[in-house]
Amino acid sequence: MDKILELKKLKKHYPIMGGVLRKQVNSVKALDGLDLDIYRGECLGVVGESGCGKTTTGKAILKLHDPTSGDIIYHPTEEGKSYNLSEMSYSAMRRAGIRNKLQMVFQDPTTSLNSRMLIKHIIAEPLKEQKKWSARDLEEKVVQLLHLVGLTSDHLMRYPHEFSGGQRQRIAVARAIAASPEFIVLDEPTSALDVSVQAQILNLLHKLRKQLGLTYLFVTHHLLVVKYISTRIAVMYLGKLIELSETENLFSNAMHPYTHALLSGIPNPDPNLAKPRIVLEGDVPSPLDPPQGCRFHTRCPLCIDVCKSKEPELVDMGNGHKVACHRREESRKLIAERFGSADYC
Amino acid sequence: MKNLLETKDLVTNFYTYEGVVKALDKVSIEIKHGQTFGLVGESGCGKSVTVRSIMRIIQQPGKIESGEVLYCDDAESDECDELLSKSEAWMRELRGDRISMIFQEPNAALNPVLTIGEQVAESYMFHRKRSISKQVLKDVAEGKSSFGLFHPFLKWVYSTAAANPNARLLKVLDRIPLLKLWRRPLHREAIRRSVKIIGKLGISNPEEIVTRYPHNLSGGMKQRIVIAIALACNPTLLIADEATSNLDVTIQAQILDLLGELKRKKAISSVLLITHDLGVVAETCDRVGVMYAGTLCEVADVKDLFNSPQHPYTKALLNSVPRFCVEGELATIEGSVPNLVTPPSGCRFHPRCKSATEICKTQKPELVDLGNGHMAACHNIQVKAED
Amino acid sequence: MEATIQTKNEHPRLRELKFTLHRIFRNPSAILGFALLIFFLGVAVAAPHLAPPKYEHAPYQMPHKGYSPTPKAPSAEHMFGTSSGQYDIFYGIVWGTRTAFKIGLFVVGFAGIIGISLGVIAGYFGGWFDELLMRFVDIVWSIPLLVLAMTIVVAFGRGLENIMLALALVEWRWYVRVIRSEVIKTRRQEFVEAAKLMGVSDLKIIFRHILPNSIYPVLIMASMDMGSMVISASFMSFVGLGAPKGYADWGQMVALARNYIVGPPSDPFKFWYTIAFPGLAIILFVLAWNLIGDALRDAFDPKLRRR
Repeated sequence: MDKILELKKLKKHYPIMGGVLRKQVNSVKALDGLDLDIYRGECLGVVGESGCGKTTTGKAILKLHDPTSGDIIYHPTEEGKSYNLSEMSYSAMRRAGIRNKLQMVFQDPTTSLNSRMLIKHIIAEPLKEQKKWSARDLEEKVVQLLHLVGLTSDHLMRYPHEFSGGQRQRIAVARAIAASPEFIVLDEPTSALDVSVQAQILNLLHKLRKQLGLTYLFVTHHLLVVKYISTRIAVMYLGKLIELSETENLFSNAMHPYTHALLSGIPNPDPNLAKPRIVLEGDVPSPLDPPQGCRFHTRCPLCIDVCKSKEPELVDMGNGHKVACHRREESRKLIAERFGSADYC
Repeated sequence: MKNLLETKDLVTNFYTYEGVVKALDKVSIEIKHGQTFGLVGESGCGKSVTVRSIMRIIQQPGKIESGEVLYCDDAESDECDELLSKSEAWMRELRGDRISMIFQEPNAALNPVLTIGEQVAESYMFHRKRSISKQVLKDVAEGKSSFGLFHPFLKWVYSTAAANPNARLLKVLDRIPLLKLWRRPLHREAIRRSVKIIGKLGISNPEEIVTRYPHNLSGGMKQRIVIAIALACNPTLLIADEATSNLDVTIQAQILDLLGELKRKKAISSVLLITHDLGVVAETCDRVGVMYAGTLCEVADVKDLFNSPQHPYTKALLNSVPRFCVEGELATIEGSVPNLVTPPSGCRFHPRCKSATEICKTQKPELVDLGNGHMAACHNIQVKAED
Repeated sequence: MEATIQTKNEHPRLRELKFTLHRIFRNPSAILGFALLIFFLGVAVAAPHLAPPKYEHAPYQMPHKGYSPTPKAPSAEHMFGTSSGQYDIFYGIVWGTRTAFKIGLFVVGFAGIIGISLGVIAGYFGGWFDELLMRFVDIVWSIPLLVLAMTIVVAFGRGLENIMLALALVEWRWYVRVIRSEVIKTRRQEFVEAAKLMGVSDLKIIFRHILPNSIYPVLIMASMDMGSMVISASFMSFVGLGAPKGYADWGQMVALARNYIVGPPSDPFKFWYTIAFPGLAIILFVLAWNLIGDALRDAFDPKLRRR
C-alpha cells in the first residue's frame, strides 16, 4: 500500500507567555516528536486520553494549527508531486489545489454548523469553492450528497437546530465530502451522540470510505469504537506515540502497559465477563512539564530505573507492530502475573 | 424488604414554545436499600428528568403534573415520606443530607472562587449545625480549644445552636457584621470534618487540598471532591447523573473503583446511577431500568437484562453497542427518537419496532412481571413459564 | 427519517422570524416600547400635517409671534403653550421628533459603521493591526465628549450637525470593543475552522459566518444608543452648544425654558408647560428605545432562546 501522508518528527508546542515583557516562559508540549505514516485507503485510529495530543495531530495535519517543527509530506492521488504541508500557507495550498483535499469532521455537530445558515447553503459552500455551478446543478448536487448520507431533499431548507444530533453529524459529513477530499480527520465524531445513533454514523462512515476511496484519521478516546471502524490503531500518551499496530493485533497482543490500562479500563457491556482491572495511580501529568525518561513512568505499574531516565524508542516488533517501552518483551507476562490476565476476550 | 425509593406513575411536562413536551409518561421505579440501580437510556428518554423530578429540582417551564414519590429512609420502620407533597423547606433539608446528587460536569459543580474546603464544609454547615455545635462545646469543655475572650457569649450561642439550629437568635446574629464571627469555630470544625471525608476518598494530603481552589485540581480530582461533598452527610441514597461520562477512561476506572470500594465499606448505601454507557451499568449496577422516550421499557437484574433482554428496544440497544469480543456489523435502530410534543400513540417505540403489531399503536403497554423480578412493558412478550 | 421538530410547509426564514417576534413580544414592556416607537414614528412622518410650517424652506424654525420672553400658558391657539420668546411648544415637539430621529440615526449609523468595520478587521485578523487599533481606541476613550463638542463648536461654529459629528466621533469606540470581542469569540468556532478548511476566502468568511453570529450585542447596543444619543444632544443644546435658538429640537426647547423652570415664589409651577412637554418627549423617546433594547437582549440571549 502506498502512503498518503508521512509525519516526520512533528512537534506542536503552544507557548505560554509570562512576565512583564510577555516573553515565552514555558510551553504546552501537545505534540512532541511524532513519526507516523498513513496509508491510502485505511482508517487509522488514534486513541489516548485528554492531553495526549491526538486532536492536535489531526489539526496539525490540516494546518488548522501550524506545527512548531517537523514535516508533513502529502502525496495526492493523481499527480506524482508531493507537498510538504508544514511549509505551505493556506493560499499556497489553495493555489496548488490541495486545500480542499484534506477535510475534517468535528466532534460537536451543534457548534460545527453555522446555526444561521440553511442546510442547503452549508453543503453548497464547499461546492462553490471548487468551480462555478448553475443554480439547478448546485441544488442537484446538494440533494445527491444528502442522499449519500441518508437524508432527503426535505431537509434542504431547514436550519441546523431543527435536526437531531445524529442528523446534524450527517450534515457535517456531507459538507466534508462536498469538498471532494481524499483524507478526512474525524475528531471524536460520535462522542456527542447517542449510542444507537453512533452505530448509524459509524456504519455510514465505513460505507463512504469504501465507496469513495477515502482515507480516515479517526481520533477518539473510546477503544471499542475505534476497534469497530479502524484498520490500524495508534496509541498516544502526552504527545508521543507509544504503540502502533493493526487493530486485531492490538487487542490480542498489546505490549505497552498503558495500552493494557486502557483496554482493561473500558467498561464492557457484558456483566458475565469479569475482567482484571488495572487501575492507574494518580493523574495524567501536565503537558507543561512532562516527566523525564519515559513519560508514562510516573503511573506505570512496571516501572524500573531505566524508565525514569531514558526515553524508550519506538521499535518495530514485526508485522507493523511498533512499541515504545523498555520492557516490551516481558510486559505481557508481567501484567498477567500482577493482574490475573493479559487477555481481554 | 421495603423499598428505599419508589415512584408511582410520575408525569412531568415542559411547556415550551413548540408545545407541551410530555417528558415523563407514568414512570414507576423501585429502588431497594443497599442496591445500585442503573437507569439507562439515550438522550431525550427522560432519565435526567425522572431524577430531577424525584429531587424536585425541575425548573420552569417544567412541571411535575402527577404521581407519587415515596421515600423510606429507615429500613426498619414503616414510615415513608411522599416527596411531591412536601414543602420546599423540607426538601432542602433532604437534599444533600439524605439524598445527594452528583452531576456530569465537575467544573460546573464547583464554585471557582471558593476553596475546596469551604465548598465541602458548606454541606456540613447547612445540615449538621447541631452536631458540630455539640462537638465544639465538647471540645471547649475538654480544653482542646477555647472560646477566648467571648467565652460566656459564645457558650450561650452554641448551646442554642446545639438545641435548635434554626433558632431566630442565630439568624439575627448572622446579619450583624462583627457578631457574624461566631461562626468561626463552627467553620473550623466543619473544615476538619471535610478533611476527614476527603481523605476517605483516597486523596492524598487532604489538609493541603482543602486550601486549594478548583482550578488547581485535575478533572478526576474534581469529581472526587464533588463526590466528597455529596457524601459528607452520609446520605442514604446517592444519585449520580452521568457522573463519569466526561472523564478519561483511566480516570473513569478510578472513580468507578472508588465507588465500588465505598459500597464495600458501607460508606454509601444505595446508588441511583444514570448513564447512557451500558458498559458502566454492566460493571457497577445490581439492577437496571431501561427508558425510552419518557417511558420505562424494562427493569431487571443486571445479568438478566444483558443475557435475556425482553423488550425490543433493549434488544436493539444491546445490539448496537460495540462489545469487546463480539465481531460483526453493529445493528442500528431505524428512525430516530420521537418528538415528545407529539409522541407516538400507544407504545412510544412502535414506529421503530420490528415486531410492532396493531395493539401497539393504540394501547400503551404496562410493566408486566415476567418472573424473577424481570419486568418489561411490551404487548408481544411471552410470560416466562418457569422461575 | 424526519426532522425532529414538525414544521409546517413555510419558508424557514419566515418561521425563524415568527419565533423571534414571539420571543420579543412575550415581554409586555417590549409591546409598550414598540407602541411608543410607532407613535413617535407616526408623529415624525405626519409632522407637516400636524404642525404646518410657517416658513416653507425652513420647517425646523419654530414660529413665534413676537419676542416677549414670558411664556404663555396652553390655549386654543397654542395647544401646548408658548415658550420664552413666544415659540410654539406644540410645533417644537412635533418637529423635534424628526430631529430626534435624525440625531439617533446619524450618530448610530456613523458610529456603527466605523466601529463595526474596524472592530471586525481587528478581531478577525489580529496581529499588529489589532494592537495598533486598540491603542488608538484607548486614546479616543480618554476624550471627554463635552470637551470635544466644545472644541468642534469653537472651530466650526454652533449647530446641530456639529454636535452630531462630535457624538459620532466619540461613540464608535463602544462598537469597536463590543464587536471585536464577539468576533474573537466567533472566529474560534468550529464552523469557521471548517470554512477555512474548505478554502473559503477571508472576506466571505467574515460576511457569511462571522458577522451574522456576532452582530447581536451590537444591535442591542445600537437600539439603546438611539435613545441615549438624543439625551446627549439635548444636554448639549441645553448648555448652548447645539441647535441654535428657535430650532425645533427638544433639548433646545428645554434650553429656552431655562429661566422658567421654577416660576415666581407664589406659584412655582406657573410655567410647567415649558419644561414638561419637551421633557416628557425626551423621556418617552428614550424609554421606548430602552425597552426595545431590553426586549431584543432577552430575545437574542442564546441560552434562553430555545425555551
